[in-house]
Amino acid sequence: MIARLTLRTLALSYLALLLVFPVGVVFVRTFAEGVGPVWEAITRPDALHALWLTLLVAAIAVAGNTIFGVICAIVLVRHDFRGKALLNAVLDLPLAVSPVVVGLALLVVYGRTSLVGGWLAEAGIRVIFSAPGIILATIFVSLPFVVREVVPVLREIGTEQEQAATTLGASAFQTFRLVTLPAIRSGVAYGVVLTTARAIGEFGAVSIISGKLAGRTETLTIYVEDRFLHFDLVGCYTASVILALIAVMTLLLTNLFKPREEY
Amino acid sequence: MTITVREVSKRFGNFVALDDVSVEAPAGSLTALLGPSGSGKSTLLRVIAGLEKPDSGKIFISDEEKTQTPAQKRGVGFVFQHYAAFKHMNVFENVAFGLKIRKRSKAEIRKRVSELLELVQLDGFANRYPAQLSGGQRQRMALARALAVQPEVLLLDEPFGALDARVRQELRGWLKRLHEEIEVTTILVTHDQEEAMEVADRIVLMNHGKIEQVGGPQDLYENPANEFVMGFIGPVNRLGDTFVRPHDVEIQLHEDGTTSEATVDHFVYLGFEVRVELTLSDGQQLWAQVTREEAWHLGLERGKTVHVRIGHSKVFGQSVEGSLPQS
Amino acid sequence: MSHNTLDRARSIPGPTASKKQGSPLNRGVAIGYLSLIVLIPLAAVVWRSTDGGVEGFLQAISNPQALAALRLTLLASLVVVALNVVTGTLIAWVLVRDSFRGKGVVNAIIDLPFALPTIVAGLTLLALYGSESPLGLNVAYTKVSVGMALLFVTLPFVVRATQPVLLELDRGMEEASASLGASELQTFRRIILPNLLPAILSGAALGFARSIGEFGSVVLLTGNIPFETQVASVYIFGQVEGDNVTGAAAVSVLLLVISLLVLFAMSLLNRWGTRHDR
Repeated sequence: MIARLTLRTLALSYLALLLVFPVGVVFVRTFAEGVGPVWEAITRPDALHALWLTLLVAAIAVAGNTIFGVICAIVLVRHDFRGKALLNAVLDLPLAVSPVVVGLALLVVYGRTSLVGGWLAEAGIRVIFSAPGIILATIFVSLPFVVREVVPVLREIGTEQEQAATTLGASAFQTFRLVTLPAIRSGVAYGVVLTTARAIGEFGAVSIISGKLAGRTETLTIYVEDRFLHFDLVGCYTASVILALIAVMTLLLTNLFKPREEY
Repeated sequence: MTITVREVSKRFGNFVALDDVSVEAPAGSLTALLGPSGSGKSTLLRVIAGLEKPDSGKIFISDEEKTQTPAQKRGVGFVFQHYAAFKHMNVFENVAFGLKIRKRSKAEIRKRVSELLELVQLDGFANRYPAQLSGGQRQRMALARALAVQPEVLLLDEPFGALDARVRQELRGWLKRLHEEIEVTTILVTHDQEEAMEVADRIVLMNHGKIEQVGGPQDLYENPANEFVMGFIGPVNRLGDTFVRPHDVEIQLHEDGTTSEATVDHFVYLGFEVRVELTLSDGQQLWAQVTREEAWHLGLERGKTVHVRIGHSKVFGQSVEGSLPQS
Repeated sequence: MSHNTLDRARSIPGPTASKKQGSPLNRGVAIGYLSLIVLIPLAAVVWRSTDGGVEGFLQAISNPQALAALRLTLLASLVVVALNVVTGTLIAWVLVRDSFRGKGVVNAIIDLPFALPTIVAGLTLLALYGSESPLGLNVAYTKVSVGMALLFVTLPFVVRATQPVLLELDRGMEEASASLGASELQTFRRIILPNLLPAILSGAALGFARSIGEFGSVVLLTGNIPFETQVASVYIFGQVEGDNVTGAAAVSVLLLVISLLVLFAMSLLNRWGTRHDR
């Protein structure tokens, strides 16, 4: 049993030193001068704007990726067609691509010097250095989560319930709404939580594509970096704590929704 | 290699798996631990193997106490219900495993494994992987693997439970013949009384963590110690306090002073035997097992009135001959 | 958060579903969305990287600073992955086989690197191991800091890949091994590890792919010193800022190719790993 205690101690120490203590130090430092400075830092216009922008972008990304995710999951599980393997592989891409490359890719496509970008500029639409670009980048990086969580659930429930609904007279859409959707609820919920976390945390792609204009195109993560570079540690830590709290909430929610098999 | 279990108890939380159990398996015997689920038979086997530690009591193998010895060092061969095949190794490597651990030479391993594969009729399968074998083949491999290190004792935990009926039958007979050849003290756990009767020379019947009776198959069948044993070992009719085996219910067409009247409710042909369900004049119900010859002679029909005599019955406490049930 | 979900889903035998050829609308929407968001932008990067021709491409990826960044990135990722194999397996083992109060919390914490924004991750490491460190340890702006950041973000991969396999492992095999005389260490080496290896390696591969592209956590912690602590993603960023979009695209394509190769190797690994289950 000494072996067991040793292993446990090693594992827990590693986690403490790498994850828990660093996060703990930031929390402590943030409130070192009391709640006053923290409140001041949160309520600054730039900070509030960054928070608002982050939440807005995340909401749009989550909405888009959820709808896409459910549709794509249905296509993957219920349909047979050539190129399914390719579709699977492409779905893995956002997890394998560096965020900086994502930003670069959007820059190349939508930058003013490109075909698309030029054409859009004439129409008065600005993608780069503006919210739409941030939204596109965020959608890219958080794309696969809902699909990946819904696919196994969809596969496991099978088609019998849907077939039963059809024999009872339900239309395709009714079947989807009344039978399929409730059945995949847990997968969708879990996927949404993961998507939200990833969307809120995005930094690299947004760094390239947003121009980092304070009060205009700064997301909360960019704001953290900005405050750091301006030696405003209170502002920096405060924003970090907000993000960390969102992360902790994400962890709690994922444990609520997670399929119980991994532990 | 006698195995002695002395006053062993084991509980899992609030559940008492073994309650002060003492029993012996004589050297060279094939003993069956028989009982319903939850009776403690698997737990007892695992305690003997060293895979579980008893809360109290002692285990002796060949008169040496092994209670504190870990499973690795007990010299027991163990065969699992779900084979526990090393799925990443082929048949040869599986069977050779114990020998490899004991650092035997390559040549010796090759020789012994070939012998064993021949013994269990898996020669030619040496390079196959467990996933490519049928259930019966996997279990034979598991047996060969357990026997490879020449254990003093062979323990089998419901070894045929995961196999289908026909394979089970085949392997039962095969195990019995194997035991005759190898003569290792063997303990077999099973919930199937037919299996125990067929294979074992000694049966230990367990229930709720205690031993109900120990004896040979005939012993348990003819002289059950209590109503549980009688009911578990074979089919039984209960009439008040009296227990009657269906084949001891004699049916005739005419009364003769020693019989009771009864009505035929229902009967079923089951091949050689016919099962007849009857209601006595006092309302009690029972069923009789007659041969198809007898059934034909009786000209059975639903609702027919017949006359019934009890050949042999048991009231626990005494054994009674030929009396009719009193209600 | 299992990144093997798709692979696992592919192997779940569902009840015989009737597959339709139908609803091209659904398929169209899915493919259209994917193309717009993912494929076209990535294709554009590949296209842009060829702007300078073959020599331009080669020059972009082989100039000294790029090479230094790539070398640092790949080496650090390899070292980190090797460490993760050990620590990840250890943590998975403790989570599955051990039991103690608070284990559920520990299990949840494993996902922290997935939930926490990378910039904040870097900041937390800087707080504990940088110039203001309460421990008096200062590794900021060193190569070690690169490793540390990568360890943080890749922590969950091996753990989460190994946990389910460990959970499903047939305990009977371990008991059989013990009954045949093997010590606990021998059982671990000969029985458990071979069955865990495919999962461990596949988690490692995913972690590697993630690690070579990491940006947010290194940006504050490492100082991004060219030739010293500048990783590939930071180099690409620098090239974009310096208006060398073509050069940036070229290095990006190289990173992409490496990632894809690693992912492909991982899917091969998965097939190899489940070969005894079929």
